[in-house]
Amino acid sequence: MKHTISLGLSLGVLWWVLSGFAKPLLLALGVFSVLFTLWLARRMDAIDHESHPIHMSFGLLRFWARLVVEIVISNLQVLGAILSPRADAIQPHFLRVRMRQTSDLGKVILANSITLTPGTVSIALTGDELLVHALTQASGQAVRDGQLDLLVPSDVEEVQP
Amino acid sequence: MILETAGVAILVAMGAALARTLLGPTVYDRILAVNSFGTKTVLLIALLGAFAGRADYLDIALLYALINFIAMVAMMNYSRNSKLSRDDEAQS
Amino acid sequence: MSISHALAVLLLSLGSGLLIVAGIGLLRFPHFYTRLHAAGVIDTLAAGLFLAGLAWWFGPTLGSVKLLLIFVFLLFTSPTACHALAATAWASGLREPAQNKE
Repeated sequence: MKHTISLGLSLGVLWWVLSGFAKPLLLALGVFSVLFTLWLARRMDAIDHESHPIHMSFGLLRFWARLVVEIVISNLQVLGAILSPRADAIQPHFLRVRMRQTSDLGKVILANSITLTPGTVSIALTGDELLVHALTQASGQAVRDGQLDLLVPSDVEEVQP
Repeated sequence: MILETAGVAILVAMGAALARTLLGPTVYDRILAVNSFGTKTVLLIALLGAFAGRADYLDIALLYALINFIAMVAMMNYSRNSKLSRDDEAQS
Repeated sequence: MSISHALAVLLLSLGSGLLIVAGIGLLRFPHFYTRLHAAGVIDTLAAGLFLAGLAWWFGPTLGSVKLLLIFVFLLFTSPTACHALAATAWASGLREPAQNKE
């Protein structure tokens, strides 16, 4: 239930930001569309702790702050590789890494973060092994070190469903 | 003045993506280039909003980003379930 | 020409420069999997700087909130699209030409 309320609140804020209206009629229409969307989402059974992970919001904020740093660093590496005139500036290779994540949600968050950082793209996920394509040795090493892996907030609700 | 410069830069980058779309060689290169072309279109629409001084353009940009994503996923589904990519395998 | 205007100019020119460099990468990189990374630059840092510059241009209005929303949306969708593309290419048997291991 708390996921439904949280989704409703975020939908309401989204509606208000996108429209910017405050007239009673339009506000009523907005409330109606939010409720309709909530009804549809409940009918689809799409509201749970995976689609709406409010239980890890603070951990996610810390993780995102770290992710932004990683993204900027790896962007600079890729840009250097693009502009370098040498042919051996890139060492593209595939690698398999074992993830520390145990929950599905944690694995998906990690794989998406690896894809989001330029220089590494996650290709396939089998069990707890991730197939990654890396552009340079440095970006591949960053995945092997697994610093992001340690920072993914733990999915506490997965343990006690 | 900076807005015009930024517009030219986006058009040049779009030209690069378009060239990659035409050059290929695999169908995945083309889809990747089209997707990146779409992202640049979102930026261009937002820039047009700054040109006109109206925030209304940004709604269109947001909608374009949505459609771009859905089109991308639809294309992936199509190429996965068809024999579209058969010829490219021989080249790679 | 105030300081805030100068900041918008700086962010926009950085974003435009990155767009062009990433476009060069899209053309210059030798193989599909390497080009994925060039497209990743466009979706993250280049788009981020560009939209931040535009947000500064709009000033503290609803417009800059919408620009932030566009950026957040790009951040959510781009890895999904990128991964879908890479997974489909991998499943269809596309490999790096130099090393055909696995």
